[in-house]
Amino acid sequence: MYLAKIIVTLKKSILDPQGKTVHHALESLGMDTVSEVRIGKFIEVKINTESEIEAQKVAEEASKKLLANPVMEDYSFIIEKLS
Amino acid sequence: MMSGRIKFGVVVFPGSNCDHDTYYMLKHVFNQDTCFLWHKDTSLNGVDTVILPGGFSYGDYLRCGAVARFSPIMKEVIAFARDGGAVIGICNGFQILCEAGLLPGALLKNECLTFVCKFVNIRVENNRSMFTSLCDEGEVLRIPIAHGEGNYFVDNETLRILESNKQILFRYCEQDGSITSNANPNGSLGNIAGIMNKTGNVMGMMPHPERASDPLLGYLHGQKIFKSIIHSLSNQENIFNYSFVERS
Repeated sequence: MYLAKIIVTLKKSILDPQGKTVHHALESLGMDTVSEVRIGKFIEVKINTESEIEAQKVAEEASKKLLANPVMEDYSFIIEKLS
Repeated sequence: MMSGRIKFGVVVFPGSNCDHDTYYMLKHVFNQDTCFLWHKDTSLNGVDTVILPGGFSYGDYLRCGAVARFSPIMKEVIAFARDGGAVIGICNGFQILCEAGLLPGALLKNECLTFVCKFVNIRVENNRSMFTSLCDEGEVLRIPIAHGEGNYFVDNETLRILESNKQILFRYCEQDGSITSNANPNGSLGNIAGIMNKTGNVMGMMPHPERASDPLLGYLHGQKIFKSIIHSLSNQENIFNYSFVERS
């Protein structure tokens, strides 16, 4: 069994009004050193296989086909073996 | 294309909530053959036009339209659209069409971050389409929006193609038709409110024409869009229950 930890973020070129709002909130908490906030998604997918290559393949396919929309999002993931 | 009336199919996803409004409008105001198509259906039941209605399919989980796009019925809708069949997405339906790759671009969270529910003005950018054939170019329609994710985005190259192909059908505008950022309710690129695909048979729009088509409610600008579709697809004349009445 493997665990894919998938991170989906808005493309750099896209404005993130949600992140901007949170940034303003952090500023109002006095955190002046915060220079930017961008919000994305963290998705955990358990993959029932003993092959790390297969797990990589499934995570890639899941990200590409459904979890991220390539028009507006980028994705990355790491794979961990579950004991 | 067909001799009699047009048959419309309104797709019902779990979480659709404008399906009955759209059905009512087509069936009882425009007197068209209309049926519901369940998201698990694997046949379009012989319809001539498919409408993906507004709502919150699959609770908007993951992204608006991302899950609905993989419903069994969508396989048929995609094949139907690729064959030239008329497909219309309203609001959530527009989001689903973008997710399905039948229309370019994506609908992001509104720039203001809030759900916006109000009447807006949209300008008809191209009346040489089956969805706008009874409108004048530059005509301003007053139709309500109701969405949290209607901020249309597309990359620059695709935007250029949309513009040169005249695929942009509607832009948010002022009452006099001028395109201003003030008239843009959600941050959409170029004030875009509705587009069609390159072949002109698939259309998506964020405003709700079905909410501005019932004479009982007094707002009738949405009728122009439904009537354009019916007019374009039908050989029959005088198919309407009601004649279009311009609002002053």
